[in-house]
Amino acid sequence: MATTVSTKSVDLSTIFPDAVIADERKGYTGWLVEKDNLIEIATYVREELDYDLLSSVTGVDYLPEEKMEVVYQVYKTTGGPGLFFKVQIPREDPMEIPSVINIWPGADLQEREIWDLYGIKFPGHPDLRRILTWEGFEGHPMRKDWQEPFYEEETKPFKSRWPKGEHIHAEEINPYHDNLKFPPKFNPENWTPTDPEEALYTSLKKFTTKNEDGLEAEQIIVNMGPQHPSTHGVFRAVVVLDGEKVVSLKPVMGYLHRNHEKIGERNTYLHNMPYTDRLDYFNSMANNWAYALAVEKLMGIEVTERSEYIRVIMSELTRIQNHLVWVGIFLNDLGAVVTPLLYAFEERELILDIFEEVSGARMMCNYYRFGGVVRDMPVRAFEKLKQLVYDRLPGKIEEFERLLSENEILLSRVKGIGYLSAKDAIATSMTGPMLRASGVPYDIRRAEPYGIYDRFDFDVVTRPECDLYARYHVRIEEMHQSLRILEQAVSTIPEGPILPKKPVYQVRVPAGEAYGRIESPKGELGFYVISNGKPNPWRYHVRAPSFINITALEKMCVGEKIADFVAILGAIDIVLGELDR
Amino acid sequence: MSENDFTLPGYDIPEEMKNTINITSLDRLYNWGRRSSVWPLMFGLACCAIEMIAASTARYDLARFGMEIMRPSPRQSDLMLVAGTVTKKMVPMIVRLYNQMPEPKYVIAMGACASGGGPFKEGYNVVAGIDKFLPVDVYVPGCPPTPQALLYGLIKLQEKIDKQSLKHVRWYRKGPDSVEIPVPLLGPDLIDLRRTEEIKKIAARKVE
Repeated sequence: MATTVSTKSVDLSTIFPDAVIADERKGYTGWLVEKDNLIEIATYVREELDYDLLSSVTGVDYLPEEKMEVVYQVYKTTGGPGLFFKVQIPREDPMEIPSVINIWPGADLQEREIWDLYGIKFPGHPDLRRILTWEGFEGHPMRKDWQEPFYEEETKPFKSRWPKGEHIHAEEINPYHDNLKFPPKFNPENWTPTDPEEALYTSLKKFTTKNEDGLEAEQIIVNMGPQHPSTHGVFRAVVVLDGEKVVSLKPVMGYLHRNHEKIGERNTYLHNMPYTDRLDYFNSMANNWAYALAVEKLMGIEVTERSEYIRVIMSELTRIQNHLVWVGIFLNDLGAVVTPLLYAFEERELILDIFEEVSGARMMCNYYRFGGVVRDMPVRAFEKLKQLVYDRLPGKIEEFERLLSENEILLSRVKGIGYLSAKDAIATSMTGPMLRASGVPYDIRRAEPYGIYDRFDFDVVTRPECDLYARYHVRIEEMHQSLRILEQAVSTIPEGPILPKKPVYQVRVPAGEAYGRIESPKGELGFYVISNGKPNPWRYHVRAPSFINITALEKMCVGEKIADFVAILGAIDIVLGELDR
Repeated sequence: MSENDFTLPGYDIPEEMKNTINITSLDRLYNWGRRSSVWPLMFGLACCAIEMIAASTARYDLARFGMEIMRPSPRQSDLMLVAGTVTKKMVPMIVRLYNQMPEPKYVIAMGACASGGGPFKEGYNVVAGIDKFLPVDVYVPGCPPTPQALLYGLIKLQEKIDKQSLKHVRWYRKGPDSVEIPVPLLGPDLIDLRRTEEIKKIAARKVE
């Protein structure tokens, strides 16, 4: 790795000698923090040490050691390495860790997720409900002793499939012959259906007001989604309206919760690569990279020179097609139905042609491998790439700008809408174009360069307006910067091998933890992987930018019109595969 | 519409009237109208939905089949394209949407997940195929299927429509138009109301 940075740049144990010890497990970094001192230490880290961006909070279940752990990863928006600290608690209910939501509001949805999947409670969290599963769901599925209905064995490859096994249908194993699991003696006839959404509606403020004329006006609740054309899939927002004005809003998700993490912990390391494609399905190449980066850090291997260039090229192409489609869909959300989308997809198809030629698939590329990429770029694809980068795309992006940037209708819909100040954006852990549109020049390609990004010349695009207009402009300008990187990469790509060694199906990964993060087109995409030396990851966590960027949705929408909610949500650029995982 | 798909064979139309008169059966006329304007429900679940959008854009152009008009409301649509992974949390809404669609209605399971669970089948929140709840007309394999594959699936659906006859279609018979599928409930796990007896029996057996 070009940048292996120690996370021990700050010595917490000398500052809090009684409450902090260094994490000295083999392959681990960071600090173990006493549960009772967590708030005090977190406040110190935030206020005194200036680690203002809470990147990720996640749980880890150490079943053999009878411990549950919560890992906090914090960074500075001015750049540099992060700080990891962890809280360990005994693994017996009730498990409780104080919430850090008052220090970093960005912990909101992530703590809810840990409660849902691991059953750790966060006293102090104002709205601790299940988030990915539903209220009433039996058990906390990410615990290591919780088995899914189609459980076959702890880890893959299953004996029934390999080396000489006969395939067993999952339905044959399960007593219900379906993906179902009920508690013993469960009787659906006596069971009284409880409303899984009662807690959701009671958490919403709703009241009647009197207007100036003394007329009583009642607020109404509108459910947008999960089947709604503006929600980019199956996202749902419950909105309380006063007339047309949004009073409060709650995001509801989990309608595409496909259990990436549970499946990922049963899979082998290489098995997970195609699954990462399906997280953010617009950017499979970027997802592959983040995962490969985490595992490469664990394995301690170098990436070959040519592969580094191919990775940059694929990743920047991905960014361009993502932003192009974003512009198309955003305009669609604003009411310019379909036409801008047709323009965007025209260019996207050309980029997908290159992906198809190098990887064999249009969308689910599964192209990266640990130490490189799976196969070299064919000559024809490279020719197409050059034609795109030098001749076609610059003009097309300018065409977009010419048609849109000064467009009066667009400007009146986006200027001053969805305001999010830099302070709030950092506090709610926004990353990517959303953060840069609030004027914070934070780009992981610069803040903590991965791959070979330190060799390229490009600008981190920011805008000071903090509104939808800024978010639109940041993305348009980022496409130009991506083209700049592409031009440099295409003209300097060296020949050479693409993998350091012969490819193997089963990689050896030493015990330890690693957090690989990249600047995906949507924000910071991170993979937190823990290995215990076995062929399967012990913990596989995805820090999804779409998911965490939703945290600030309510803040941006309150006070705006309901029609603007659609635009504000669109501007976050969510993809449900990543949001629900 | 060319003359050959339309006119029944074996009728001699005088040369001078060939462009004015067609002799055909009511079934053919009726099915021709339906197959040429199948309106899909605008409804994307996951990755496959992106390929569905790609299929409706310029390069693949669904409009050639009269299918580009995606309706956001189930009341106006004829075809439900289940494009993506069906989860337990989502399936009550999908069943409800299906119930709200008027007859004649068709279902295409697009992609591996909607057909049978796909790569996520083992997940605890995943329904192993939409056919556990809805009657599926065409399965389109792939992960995700390319737009070409989706178009092929749609052509297969058109062939299926062509073979239907007014005499037999269920929506012109006596009785209710369509069969209401009970909306599953979210309890400790997904409860399919058509299987309550079975669930009760197996859950009791598991204790012994």
